[in-house]
Amino acid sequence: MYLDIWQLLTGLVHWLMVNIIGAILGWIGFHGVEHWLGTPGVLNFVTIIVVGLVVFIVGMLVSITLIWQERKELGRLMDRRGTQVGPIGLFQNFADALKVLVKEHIVPEAADSMVYNVAPVIIIGVSLMMMVTIPYSPGFYMSNSQLSVLLTLALFGVVPFAVLLGGWASNNKYTLIGGMRAAAQIIAYEVPLLLSVVGVVILAGSLNFFDIVAWQQSHVWLVLPMIIGAIVFTISMIAELERVPFDLPEAEAELVEGWGTEYGGMRFGLIMMSEYARGFIGSSMITLLFLGGWDMPAFLNFIPDGIWFLAKVFIVFGIIIWIRGALPRVRTDQILNLGWRRLLPLAVVNIAIAIAFKTLGWF
Amino acid sequence: MEENVTYTVEQVKSKISEAFPAAVKFESKAKPRRLFMTADKGSLFNLCKFMKDQLGFDHCSLVSGVDRCDRMQVVYHISSFSNNITAEIVVDIPRDNPEIDAITPLWEGANWHERETYDMFGIIFKGHPKLERLLLPADYTFFPMRKDCDTGRH
Amino acid sequence: MAEMWINMGPQHPMTHGLWNMRIKVDGETITDAEPVIGYLHRGWEKMTEDRRYPQIIPMSDRLCYGSSFTWSHVYCMAVEDLMGIEVPEKAKYIRAMSDELQRIGNHLMWLAAIGPDLGNLTIFLYALREREMFLDLFQSLCGARMTYNYCRIGGVRNDAPPNWDRDLVRTLDYFEKRMNEYEELVDRNKVFRMRMEDLAPLSGKDAVNLGITGPTLRGSGVKYDIRQNDPYEIYDELDWHMCTADEGDTYARYRVRMDEMRMSVQIVRDILKKMPKTGPIRVKPPRNAPVGTGMARMEDPRGESLMYVIGDGTDKPYRLSVRSPLFVILSASPVLLRGNKIADLPSILGMIDVCMGETDR
Repeated sequence: MYLDIWQLLTGLVHWLMVNIIGAILGWIGFHGVEHWLGTPGVLNFVTIIVVGLVVFIVGMLVSITLIWQERKELGRLMDRRGTQVGPIGLFQNFADALKVLVKEHIVPEAADSMVYNVAPVIIIGVSLMMMVTIPYSPGFYMSNSQLSVLLTLALFGVVPFAVLLGGWASNNKYTLIGGMRAAAQIIAYEVPLLLSVVGVVILAGSLNFFDIVAWQQSHVWLVLPMIIGAIVFTISMIAELERVPFDLPEAEAELVEGWGTEYGGMRFGLIMMSEYARGFIGSSMITLLFLGGWDMPAFLNFIPDGIWFLAKVFIVFGIIIWIRGALPRVRTDQILNLGWRRLLPLAVVNIAIAIAFKTLGWF
Repeated sequence: MEENVTYTVEQVKSKISEAFPAAVKFESKAKPRRLFMTADKGSLFNLCKFMKDQLGFDHCSLVSGVDRCDRMQVVYHISSFSNNITAEIVVDIPRDNPEIDAITPLWEGANWHERETYDMFGIIFKGHPKLERLLLPADYTFFPMRKDCDTGRH
Repeated sequence: MAEMWINMGPQHPMTHGLWNMRIKVDGETITDAEPVIGYLHRGWEKMTEDRRYPQIIPMSDRLCYGSSFTWSHVYCMAVEDLMGIEVPEKAKYIRAMSDELQRIGNHLMWLAAIGPDLGNLTIFLYALREREMFLDLFQSLCGARMTYNYCRIGGVRNDAPPNWDRDLVRTLDYFEKRMNEYEELVDRNKVFRMRMEDLAPLSGKDAVNLGITGPTLRGSGVKYDIRQNDPYEIYDELDWHMCTADEGDTYARYRVRMDEMRMSVQIVRDILKKMPKTGPIRVKPPRNAPVGTGMARMEDPRGESLMYVIGDGTDKPYRLSVRSPLFVILSASPVLLRGNKIADLPSILGMIDVCMGETDR
């Protein structure tokens, strides 16, 4: 069972616009505006905006919860408690957001100020744009385009440009090195990422998240036939997200904060936010493409689809955090070596397996 | 030096006395695995080269300076890994012209020790690859470890 | 991109301590390096010329605050050599035991420091958690966690409190089990091995000429440990062997320190068996030192430390000269760094275990 947000919000908006606002305006005397408010075009437009707002807020709240999960889980792995602010530490993120908002905004003197200001905007804008394409359940989604997988992966790939711009514009040798490393790493790992998705698309037959999940609901979770693809995708996703073990661009030990060193105050907050938003999108993609999305065994049908999906996302992100707790950083040339010489052939092998399965007619 | 030949303190003493009969004098203190010598300024480099090549003294532990108010001294501690002997060589140099040969070309480990001795005492090591101040800022003009340097303590 | 000189430091999260590592980079490769030290120079040797012999003991603790007991130990041994004092038997055992416990504490601090250098914060917390146990032991022994002021010229300050050896045995048992955990986290971790193996190899001959001593030397296959080759205190009566590794790369140096921790546990257990239960722990030294010189060298956790003291008949030393192992290893660090990448710098320097207190004095 699932909550159909479009139905709910269409009805809600209709009721709000026509019965409340329209009635008030009609009572005042603006009949033309009241009539205009009731037309389907305006109602649709307002519905889309309201649905977008709801999906955006839920997405942001889940991203913030991911930050909380990381701090708690990483703490426990390291034999300490993690955050304690508020009940079980849930208020830490809001405290951090408040702190970051009141800080002074310092721009380096010789920095190229237009590029410097635009870079974090691009990153956070693109990261939030990706939340549009991720469905949480058959009813809770923002857009249902036929190419949603492709769109999400394309938006993932815009970020290295902004990282390079930000690193260069800060007028700092270290951030330049960090920016170049980040761009090299992300671009290198885009290729195995995309190739492992190709296997999934071949088996499921469509680039739409809904179709892929429907296929998994009727056949089997794609992690089983595409196990190699799942592993390659997960490793590439960790590299895309610039997390340990692949966080050399942000290597604290050498470059202080990597390409984002010179960003302070809310800009830094936005960069942090975008990291975890991309973490959420990455985990959701792993869940949707390989773990069946909101698919669950029939006897658990009383749990709403969206909750089940979010539970899976948290579990996947929990594994990514676990990897962070156990492994140190891999060196840049070793990272690129791993990406091009190990993951790429495996992804190609995965495609071959998918083609084999399809032609043999097993799936 | 041939491999796997070890010398005792007495053997080392006798070999050095043979090679440098006038320049090197031994003190009468006797401690296990220790050797105490005084040497001339002019023959120091040759003595060290002899000890390194023939007697297996392959590690320079410490080079320090001492300001005896009428003269300066440089004290070398050289040890031998294979013989387990540490030799202490004390060399007197005149105070108004404190110069001595550097032993950095023989043992790279003495590099920073000699720089520090120059920094603190003003002793010039001839032949050192980079004799600059090490611990103090480069524009200081005095040598703090000399006894006549007033550092403001009472 | 043209070659440029980069300053890593003096304020930098990775360089432990206050020093500047100037490296010349060509892209990501280091072509030359030059350490710049002196930011922590406190004029230690000049200060000692104005203090009486017992007053210098707390000063020697602060030479290197990470391994402070060994520095006051070597100072006391040098002055005892000058004054011709023989330390009682029980005090020798207690000093050797404190040395080894200090060695474990220092190596744990080193282990904690390399974790964040390489990007893994977990080992940082694990190693410090164990180090707390050893600091607690020291606290019950002499009242301080870090700078002990425990060694005296002629012995140690006080005997261990009752039940201290029971706590010690419990700590050692627990620690040995925990060491297996570290080895699982680091040794069997493919990424750690990738970052450390085949990195900055140093041949034994080069290491000896450069003046390197300690675990860095033994990691290059040279079998030299002052506790064995030039024994002091009671090390020649104990049952232990030195730890070496042959490859000479960063992983070998790491391995030597881990083995040394286990070996220290074994030494402490042996000391507990052989230590006399009763006996004087301290001999009163004379106030004025005779005219003459004294020298003592010992195996500091980082290498060979040596102190040379000149007495002139008064109660203050005429000259006290210090050899710090890290002073020499840092001067040799450009040799280790050339040809490697910037990302390897924390790996290589972390294995050397830098502490600026003793380097700058």
